[in-house]
Amino acid sequence: MKILTTPRMERCIGCHSCSLACARLVHKNLSWDTAGIRIASSGGLSTGFEARTCLACDPAPCVRACPTGAYSQRKGGGVIVRKNLCIRCGKCAAACPVDAIYLDAATEPFVCIHCGRCVPFCPHDCLEMADIAGVESARQGGAS
Amino acid sequence: MTTDQFRVLEVDLTTGRGNVEVLEGRDLVCGGSGLAAQLFARHGHPDRPWNDPDQPLIFAIGPLTGYFPLMSKTVCAFKSPYHDQYAESHGGGRSAFALRFADLDALVVTGRAAKPSLITVGSRHLEIKDVSYLWGKDIFETGKMLRGISKGPGHRSTLRIGPAGEVGSAMAEINVDTYRHFGRLGGGTVMGSKNLKAIVITGDAVFPLPDSKDYPKIFQEVYTKLTDTDMMSKYHDIGTPINMAALNDLKMLPIRNLQRTTDPDIAAISGERFADDTLLRNAACAGCPVGCIHIGFVRERFQEQHRFLYRQVSYDHEPIFAAGAMLSVTDPFKVLALLDVTEKVGLDVMSAGVALAWATEATERGVISERETIVPLSFGDSEGYKQAMENLGRGSNEFYRILAQGALKAARHYGGEDYACVLGQEMAGYATGEVYFASQALGLRHSHLDSAGYSYDQKETGNDVSKAVAFLVKDEQGRALLTSMVACLFARAVYTDELLARCLKAIGYDFLAENLGPISRNIQQLRWKMRLGTGFVPEDVTIPKRFYEVTTAKGAVNADFLGGVMRDYSKAIRELSARQDDHSRPDT
Repeated sequence: MKILTTPRMERCIGCHSCSLACARLVHKNLSWDTAGIRIASSGGLSTGFEARTCLACDPAPCVRACPTGAYSQRKGGGVIVRKNLCIRCGKCAAACPVDAIYLDAATEPFVCIHCGRCVPFCPHDCLEMADIAGVESARQGGAS
Repeated sequence: MTTDQFRVLEVDLTTGRGNVEVLEGRDLVCGGSGLAAQLFARHGHPDRPWNDPDQPLIFAIGPLTGYFPLMSKTVCAFKSPYHDQYAESHGGGRSAFALRFADLDALVVTGRAAKPSLITVGSRHLEIKDVSYLWGKDIFETGKMLRGISKGPGHRSTLRIGPAGEVGSAMAEINVDTYRHFGRLGGGTVMGSKNLKAIVITGDAVFPLPDSKDYPKIFQEVYTKLTDTDMMSKYHDIGTPINMAALNDLKMLPIRNLQRTTDPDIAAISGERFADDTLLRNAACAGCPVGCIHIGFVRERFQEQHRFLYRQVSYDHEPIFAAGAMLSVTDPFKVLALLDVTEKVGLDVMSAGVALAWATEATERGVISERETIVPLSFGDSEGYKQAMENLGRGSNEFYRILAQGALKAARHYGGEDYACVLGQEMAGYATGEVYFASQALGLRHSHLDSAGYSYDQKETGNDVSKAVAFLVKDEQGRALLTSMVACLFARAVYTDELLARCLKAIGYDFLAENLGPISRNIQQLRWKMRLGTGFVPEDVTIPKRFYEVTTAKGAVNADFLGGVMRDYSKAIRELSARQDDHSRPDT
């Protein structure tokens, strides 16, 4: 199983096409926010952009924080969220160290499901689906 | 969200209260330019001056904003300090998306705040804050401080003015998200007259997708056209400055206060030179994968020891024309440094550059001197221009305060009207010939984007007045429709009427889709009605002598042809305005 990675964010132009695609195609919304990937300027538009998206932690702090079992570890990295078990407490978002979980006005959580549907909408190839083994190897400084 | 009504927030700065209105009219005016005109008819006061506190400052988006790529522009409308008539100015950045996701088709600001103020608005909040401490701050400082003031989750758009908007300059811009602008016709000073330093719009609403199988398919089709074909390559690659060399080759680039239309030195400030030597990166308006915003850099040594500062400066054809070609500044980094100062003080660079070009020629001719200009002005001297730009933006003395009302107004005061390069307002970067000159001089926005007169000049060889005027009227109608959606006009080749109809239908606007012709004609007529209703007399517009002295690759300007186009286009504008049915005060 692959996970969504953001290896070339320095190329990002801030068009938000990835977020809009996720909201549109995965969550069936027209939205800037209810998406598994959100783009933010990193301290003003002159400093470039960063992606807020799930890093596929294992074990994931959001899984540990979820009091109802709505969050579970996804095989190959990331999490699976069963919205019917979610009580909208927002603990998942508070536990995420990289602000990858968006809570809407009703505290419904939105997090990346690593489906990769945003990837083809990036005009600058900032995003990539990668094997978790390769990502781990790269994180440790090895060849991927 | 897609509805047949408009959801409009009026913020009254005098009372400090907001009022959400739900208005009819979608099927008549669509949105954007059409909605702005409808709102001006509702809230505006044609018989009172532009700075009457009750006059509205309008920001409007359209039915396709946010739903399809490049539907990323906002229409700003107001009674202009430049000519005290109805005006539109268009801007991008994140403003259109922010309004969409603030769940507003339009924001209307009326009244005058007791103290310098900031409006913060989102789908679930509205607040007016006293920001007296920001008054006098330039665009850069204001932006940094606003980031601190408006922290918190969510995407937002920041509209702000600099010193030029505070001192009554008719050339003051509204800066949008650092690199975009509502540049023309003095919108910044309308904000300033309302004691409104900035507006921060947070787009935090979520809407269900239209219940249509066609929507995702058409979205994908449009997206593919925009990204996988060469239709947008001009904007994606070199960007609009590709025009610099092309127009120079055709002897159609205004240079040195339009004393010439071609010059070998222009090669040094071509789009290619900017891209190769100064381009740092690109940026995009929200919802646009093209990313046409080209950002170069300024690096300045400020101490003997190797100590530098750097800034990032956006550039396009028009700024390079105005701060480069018109002033004969032919070093890309010096052009960027001048753009940087213009940005800092919050001036519209096109008007400011052309005004300084007039001031330079007036200096050369002895009409004015350093007594007026404070610093010596001479073509090519970018250091002098940097100081002059600062003086113009801050209204440092009487001369600069008069010049800031427009080059022609300064010329009327000091002399030198023949060479004030003004076509309704300071000219844009096209000296293509008669049809363009008439198009900008009489166009609703006095913009090169009102209709493609510049293209007509390049493609047509005859001097057929009727054909030229018919083209201008028809092209304007098509553009008015696009700016009512609100599309970026760079996507005009992609968004044909047929595609617009399919897009509208896919998200539930069947009536609009099936009536684009009559609706666009209605919008065109309504806008002209607003313009003429606020005092525009097309027959009174004159073309300064300098434009008749221009020679392009096609030859010398034909005065008879230009006069004929001016006469018949004025007549056509009057007919458009007169024919408009009274949709000005639809039921609420």
